[in-house]
Amino acid sequence: MIQVDGLTKRYAHTVAVDHVSFSVEKGQIVGFLGPNGAGKTTTMRMLTCFMPPSEGTASIAGFDVVKQPLEVKKRIGYLPETPPLYPDMEVGEYLQFVARIKGVPEKEVLQRSQEAAAKCFVKDVWSKLIGKLSKGYRQRVGLAQAIIHNPEVLILDEPTSGFDPKQILETRDLIKSLAGAHTIVLSTHILQEVKAMCESLVIINKGKIATSGTMEDLTRRNGAVMEVSVPDGALTAEDLSAPFSSIEGVNGVTATNDGGLWRIDVDTVTSEDLRPKLAQIVLGQGWNLYRLDSASVSLDELFLSLTTLGAEEVKQ
Amino acid sequence: MRNVVTIARKELNAYFQSPIAYVLIGAYAAMFGYFFWSLVYFFVRASMQAQMPGRTMPMNLNELVIRNLLGNCGVLCLFMIPMLTMRLFAEEKSRGTMELLLTSPLKDWEILLGKWVGAVGMYASLLAFSGLNLIFLFAYGKPDWKPLAVGYLGLLLQGAAMLALGMFLSSVTQNQIAAAFSTFVLLLMLWVFEWMSNMDQNVVTEVLTYVSLLRHNESFIKGVLDLKDVLYYASVSFLGLFLTARSLESLRYRG
Repeated sequence: MIQVDGLTKRYAHTVAVDHVSFSVEKGQIVGFLGPNGAGKTTTMRMLTCFMPPSEGTASIAGFDVVKQPLEVKKRIGYLPETPPLYPDMEVGEYLQFVARIKGVPEKEVLQRSQEAAAKCFVKDVWSKLIGKLSKGYRQRVGLAQAIIHNPEVLILDEPTSGFDPKQILETRDLIKSLAGAHTIVLSTHILQEVKAMCESLVIINKGKIATSGTMEDLTRRNGAVMEVSVPDGALTAEDLSAPFSSIEGVNGVTATNDGGLWRIDVDTVTSEDLRPKLAQIVLGQGWNLYRLDSASVSLDELFLSLTTLGAEEVKQ
Repeated sequence: MRNVVTIARKELNAYFQSPIAYVLIGAYAAMFGYFFWSLVYFFVRASMQAQMPGRTMPMNLNELVIRNLLGNCGVLCLFMIPMLTMRLFAEEKSRGTMELLLTSPLKDWEILLGKWVGAVGMYASLLAFSGLNLIFLFAYGKPDWKPLAVGYLGLLLQGAAMLALGMFLSSVTQNQIAAAFSTFVLLLMLWVFEWMSNMDQNVVTEVLTYVSLLRHNESFIKGVLDLKDVLYYASVSFLGLFLTARSLESLRYRG
């Protein structure tokens, strides 16, 4: 649905986005994660045809953002970082205006605006002036504006900024409910948000892609955690770790006993999933297996390691 | 075409949703009313003097009242137009709504044409209010309506051209005050180039006299519809719209 190839944006003295490539499948929610100033907004602005890339291509639903901008714009809904609102307009009037410029047929303008307002919980402020709304309401009017023409792709720049906790939860549910019918790219620097909503993510730092992939792939480390009990109960930590050390690709085994069960951590260097082998060994030894998980790295650790590494590189 | 109408309607509504429209209409009505009242006062006094024996002179409402009135209106434009155009793009840019317009399936020319038409509509409603005063002339006198209509057409064309230039200056900045002041200075310069006609004739003074806004308004006010002047205002409007289009394009590149 979205195909980005070597997208680059240069300003006079800086490179804001440097050869960014990724692709998004139809119906997915992709998190665009990065520290402030990493180039998230610039990338989104290029995807929405707000500014042309200096180099590289991007296409949305098969239409090139530079060559066929009108076709692309018809198919995207965009919520910029500051919601693009006219404070002197009433909510309903604003939504109808947006529906018209997005090309919604005149007969459907009122109905679509009301639907979008209802979906984003702003129906109750329909005839209020936008300038008089609270920040949470404004943000939701911004979201209603983005979905009003039922676009195939939604591009949301920090959609939950400025919300209270309840609104954050509601908005997350709303965005999740929009996935499937819409392909969603959302940028954020809030990790919980990505965890709660996104299926895959792109981590961007200093204008470059640090890593990308599905949530599961990125956070899985190819190791395992086991919890076992030993029937005769007379083994040491060395005895417990020894059978695993000989497996090819294993570079470290630690066994600890915290009272009841033994916990064994196995680290590997290969990409192979060793869990079946580990289970066989445990059973072969006659131990009881209570738990066998692949070890995973938390998103926070991953994010910090990727973005601080970038910072060090820049210093050098 | 529908997009142009949508944008134009939005612009026109924006004037009336903010105090700008009411302040301008009020101020314009007050100034126009004062001009009208004083011109009619002099006209009445002159006509009484004309009744004295030995001092006969032809009295003509069109020449003595309407012509001066419309001339003054042209000067008022210098002050009104910057206030109408300053917000057109500068406000959208500072509020971030430019992002909405530029990421909607609109062509640049639809956006700027819509905005210009909206501003011309606002200006036309100012002119319409001034027309209320003239009802009295028709009620108590017999002015010729044709030169009056031509005069108003001239004011409208002149305003449209000035609005296009003002819109361009609004599109190059985020600051409304900067947009308004630069528009005022540009229009004032174009206005006073008229003085060049009294200087030594050479190429520079002739060209500058020709581009003077005032110069081309004069024949309209006299009730003379000259294709040359219509073309002048049309080309200034086109220039303003064209420059705005280029400015929007560069905005995309500079971000």
